[in-house]
Amino acid sequence: MTDDRTRGRALITLDRVEKRFGEVAALDGVSAEIMEGEFFSLLGPSGCGKTTLLRLIAGFDEPTRGTIAIDGKPMAGVPANLRPTNMVFQSYAIFPHLDVAQNVAYGLRRLRLGREETARRVTEALGMVDLAGYGKRAAHALSGGQRQRVALARALVMRPRVLLLDEPLSALDKKLREQMQVELRRLQRAVGITFILVTHDQEEALIMSDRIAVMFDGQIAQLASPETLYRRPVNRRVASFIGVMNFFEAQVTGEAAGLIELDVAGLGRIAIPAEQAPGGVNGASVSVGIRPEMLTLLFSESDRAEHEVSGEVVDAVYYGDMTYYDLRLPGAARPATVSMRNTAGRPILRPGERARVGWGRESLILLA
Amino acid sequence: MSLAAAEAPPAPRRRWLRLPGREARRGLALVSPTFLYALMLLAAPLTLVVLISFWTQDYLTLDRTFTLANYRTVWLDPQESPLYRLLMGRSLAISGLVTVATVLLAYPIAYFVAFHVERNKALWLFLITIPFWTSYLLRVFLWKVILGYNGVLNSALMGMGFIDQPLTFLLYNANAVVITLAHAWAPFAILPIYVALSKIDRSLLEAAEDLGDGPLRRFWRVTLPLSMPGVIAAALIVFIPTVGDYVTPRLVGGTDGLMIANMIQVQFGKANNAPLGAALSVSAMLIVAAISLLFLWLNRRFSRGGA
Repeated sequence: MTDDRTRGRALITLDRVEKRFGEVAALDGVSAEIMEGEFFSLLGPSGCGKTTLLRLIAGFDEPTRGTIAIDGKPMAGVPANLRPTNMVFQSYAIFPHLDVAQNVAYGLRRLRLGREETARRVTEALGMVDLAGYGKRAAHALSGGQRQRVALARALVMRPRVLLLDEPLSALDKKLREQMQVELRRLQRAVGITFILVTHDQEEALIMSDRIAVMFDGQIAQLASPETLYRRPVNRRVASFIGVMNFFEAQVTGEAAGLIELDVAGLGRIAIPAEQAPGGVNGASVSVGIRPEMLTLLFSESDRAEHEVSGEVVDAVYYGDMTYYDLRLPGAARPATVSMRNTAGRPILRPGERARVGWGRESLILLA
Repeated sequence: MSLAAAEAPPAPRRRWLRLPGREARRGLALVSPTFLYALMLLAAPLTLVVLISFWTQDYLTLDRTFTLANYRTVWLDPQESPLYRLLMGRSLAISGLVTVATVLLAYPIAYFVAFHVERNKALWLFLITIPFWTSYLLRVFLWKVILGYNGVLNSALMGMGFIDQPLTFLLYNANAVVITLAHAWAPFAILPIYVALSKIDRSLLEAAEDLGDGPLRRFWRVTLPLSMPGVIAAALIVFIPTVGDYVTPRLVGGTDGLMIANMIQVQFGKANNAPLGAALSVSAMLIVAAISLLFLWLNRRFSRGGA
């Protein structure tokens, strides 16, 4: 398993964490270390156990087996109200009977900081999320984006060791969501608190995170930096969950001197370095993946690539800045998707036209 | 410009005018049974009572000249008004006690069903309504059996040797009225509180816990304030009808458990003074209405921006 650990020390240690609801295992032996000050994401489809894991860290549920330690202290039996964590809920959970300032000050009251210090910290927190002056606003008079900010301020004002975010942006519209992704990232760098984000949106995870744990069926499939996840996914499932990936059937014909020799249906014979098989080689029949942007259409006679084949355009989808082509390559089971930037003077091919496709061998990934 | 504007729209405009007319007629037809029902069974009797309260009883006939004499008797008469005031005050006090006792007893039950019953919530709510399967009179008589001189409670206490003589403060006084009414009205209090509690978003409770509250503090700061609309509704539902309750004080109240409704009944019956009874009724209604408005105002305050 690739694990590009950011520097620093582990703040949260998950050791073979298991959670069962009756017969169903929501989490099936999850082990990981989350570093101090990092932006960590739990990414996966719904039902993969990511929210369950977040709730176990928050203390709303106890693991069936395994241990969770925060800051070196085991958390078994420690209720949510005594943990150094705070949560931004998916529904935001803004108290409807309190105004914005009272919502933000909710957790501070127990700390008995005095009226002035409380007010100062509330003002500071509201300023941090760009809601300065909204203190007297009633909770129901807020828009979705504002509620999200109040929830964030309410958690940040507690100065937790870990901030847990449960799909905090899923209820916002696209534009606001993209803006908040950048803002959350900026905020996290500014306050230096460890953020753990739960999301099903791979793009969101890639944009915001230092490291991402991709989860399927209650297990971590891969834990790595966004770049490693995208470029070196460990299996087909991770590869197709993150971004678009073309898959080709391939036979392993030999292994020698750190090179794996392959016969790829549709792309031909090729040898790739062993590090381009992050999941290792299991058996002779394998899959080879290549991203659409790693394939290039060679428009003119003089264009050359390290490897090339020719095929027929099946479909062309125009996106403005990009055109996505589906190409049928002789011997390949499915058409391959190629994305091309629409630079000046570059033609748009029509279905039925023939085209040459080129690629470099470093862009191929061998997937078990 | 005026010509073009005047010429173009008339046709659709007329259609638009006709449509609401047809819909209004259909709406009227739909509500008319309810409307008639309300008119005949609520508005008409109420108007009659208000009218009678301004008339006077002249032995066998009603003198229909307008007078405020009845109200003067109820509110100001030095001989009679102290008795009415005493009965009204006692009615409010007993009702108030019943309301407080009922809501306090109902809240934990509603809380339990809302938060701790995982399956079969419907069965629990159904069980709560079971006492309604028997007639109200039967339930009142059951309390007589339990609280009476030779009743279940006294026999049990004597049997266990806690007392030598039967307790006499159990039946035929205000205590008995409070106990009986509180039991009878419990489901009416449980249901609105249950509804208010189940409407509370569970993530709000988790948020309170996440922000450092233990269970007690969380209840005090989130659960209770958010369930207040249900509590106020329950209080109103219990308070309003019990002020005017007549059967219970009559059967288990003895003499110092009598309430205003018993006096109203006497005026309409034995005393043969319907106008005075009507004036008493209207006065009681106004007092209850004033108190209810206060409740509603409280309700609005607590549910401001609420669920």
